[in-house]
Amino acid sequence: MGKTTVALALGLAAARQGLRTIVCEVAHQERFSRLMGREGVGYEETEIAENLNAISLDQQHTLEEWVTYQLPSKTLAGLLYRNGIFQHLTSAAPGIKELVTIGKIWELAQLHRKSKDARPYDFVVVDSPATGHGLGMLRAPRTFGDVARVGPIRHQADRIHDFIVSDKTGVLAVALPEEMPVNETLEYAEDLEQFRGPIDSVVVNGLYPARFTEAEIESLNGHTGPAVRAAVTEYCRYRSQVEELERLREGVPDAPFASLPFLFAPELGLDEVTELSHELEEQLA
Amino acid sequence: MSVASILEGKEICICAGAGGVGKTTTSAAIAVGMARRGLKVAVLTIDPARRLANSLGLPELGNEERQIEIDAPGELWAMMLDAKSTFDEIVAKHAPDAATRDAVLSNRIYKELSTAVAGSQEYMAMEKLHELHEEKRFDLLVLDTPPSRNALDFLDAPDRLSRFIDSRALHFFLAPSRTGLKLFSRGTGVLFSVLKRVTGVDLLKDLSDFFASFGDMAQGFRERAKAVKRLLADDRTAFLLITSPAHEAIAEAEFFRDKIEEAGMPFGGVIVNRMHVEEPDGDEDLGSLDPELAEKVAANFRDFHALAERDRRNVEELTSDMGDRPLIVVPYLDEDIHDLDGIEAINEYLFAASYTGAE
Repeated sequence: MGKTTVALALGLAAARQGLRTIVCEVAHQERFSRLMGREGVGYEETEIAENLNAISLDQQHTLEEWVTYQLPSKTLAGLLYRNGIFQHLTSAAPGIKELVTIGKIWELAQLHRKSKDARPYDFVVVDSPATGHGLGMLRAPRTFGDVARVGPIRHQADRIHDFIVSDKTGVLAVALPEEMPVNETLEYAEDLEQFRGPIDSVVVNGLYPARFTEAEIESLNGHTGPAVRAAVTEYCRYRSQVEELERLREGVPDAPFASLPFLFAPELGLDEVTELSHELEEQLA
Repeated sequence: MSVASILEGKEICICAGAGGVGKTTTSAAIAVGMARRGLKVAVLTIDPARRLANSLGLPELGNEERQIEIDAPGELWAMMLDAKSTFDEIVAKHAPDAATRDAVLSNRIYKELSTAVAGSQEYMAMEKLHELHEEKRFDLLVLDTPPSRNALDFLDAPDRLSRFIDSRALHFFLAPSRTGLKLFSRGTGVLFSVLKRVTGVDLLKDLSDFFASFGDMAQGFRERAKAVKRLLADDRTAFLLITSPAHEAIAEAEFFRDKIEEAGMPFGGVIVNRMHVEEPDGDEDLGSLDPELAEKVAANFRDFHALAERDRRNVEELTSDMGDRPLIVVPYLDEDIHDLDGIEAINEYLFAASYTGAE
């Protein structure tokens, strides 16, 4: 769908506007770094452009940090963390990954950071997992809050949940203009609405340029050759994309909408993402 | 190379790969193609989104397998695994008696965790796969793996879950018993007070109950996990990697292949979807066109050419890295693939006697 690309483009746009921004990936794949053509940033808040930082969350670091925050002393945290039982329990417990991940994202967005010497951010962009799993992550604090009922976990889970459903958080869906991704996005918007309200914006990615008119394509009739076939293909794809884009728009009529062009560049790099970030800035302003 | 020859004699086909590479559609297409070859095939997905139903042209699918009418000598069945129902079924199966079963099913923590989307899916997929395979009702099972953050999560999912349930250290620590918590009697005071700080005492009590009721079933889960592992490594299983021709997706596919082979699991081959294929050469006749249009046609062609070049280079590299492992290329088709007709279109490539776009 191009989630990573859109997330980075959004981060670049925010940073240009003077917001201290961080882009955050949750799968520990260093995709932002690769797009920027640089070394992986790992679990370190690292400046990758002016005003723009990146972090790559992995389960082990995130969990370790989370445990540390729960406890009054590092010694106790170390004791608990190194204890096989706890490792065991948390590495296998369903949903714990999602909980600590969303917990860390929440921490990044706080004015008073828990991380030592960490400065606050104005804007945190998350490259979330795909629809179903992404929603699972957003729901994790509620689930664990319900499990805990009372006590410190409940208290903390509630704070994170409240933040997710507040207007300080926005959810932007990225979709390709094709039948299945559009269906999935509409379904996601419905599920999200039940969980926290309407989707905040929708970005359609990879839209073919409107290069030819119908009349032009008709006038190619009778001409042959690979370039002619490529033109017809382009036109067919473009038409079917526009139909899907319209269907998506009708499905979420109230959400601010942006569409990003399909880039013919062989591999995306900083230049291309910067180009997209300007598009986003204009359309979603 | 054809999927049919890769799957010759196989009973399980696991389709894996990064998100957004057409895994679900490919899984459905493989199932359709094998049903056409006379097999009774079931395709399973655990995708919480309705992609599989969508690709087969159905409004939705449930936890029960359902037959899809196609014109084929074999049979096509499909199901979308619902983690919660699957989990409940397994508990019912492993529970030594009705009382234990009810205790687990009504346990608060169990209810929350088994309904939460994340985490339990990979496990459920493996579990259901094993169960269906044991039942021997199908000739071939095709699994569309979840769009996992870590595509490998599902490989050791059964292990992880049985470890979780069977945490002996935890049993000692929490000293679960039907008569209540005996936390302090084991001299674990310091650790307990630390844990209590993190979780709150109520949660500890609930956890203890949870493990107490699950404890009786640990053995069953452990054995199942072993059986699933054996099944994954069995010769009757084949892993197919699905990728797009983009650099990133290919890198992930190669990483994944290494992991599968390291784990001693049978690697079947790789399928490259949506490759921009160079238009075959032919006589170009743009002469009589309006010059402006002719220039647009030429510019468009240059862009298409660049994409095809990129894909060709990437797939060439992949082909050489794959050595003699099977590799199948499906070109980017003009139509959007989202129903049985579309599946027929890609099956011309998946089941072609020999076709590689890289040549």
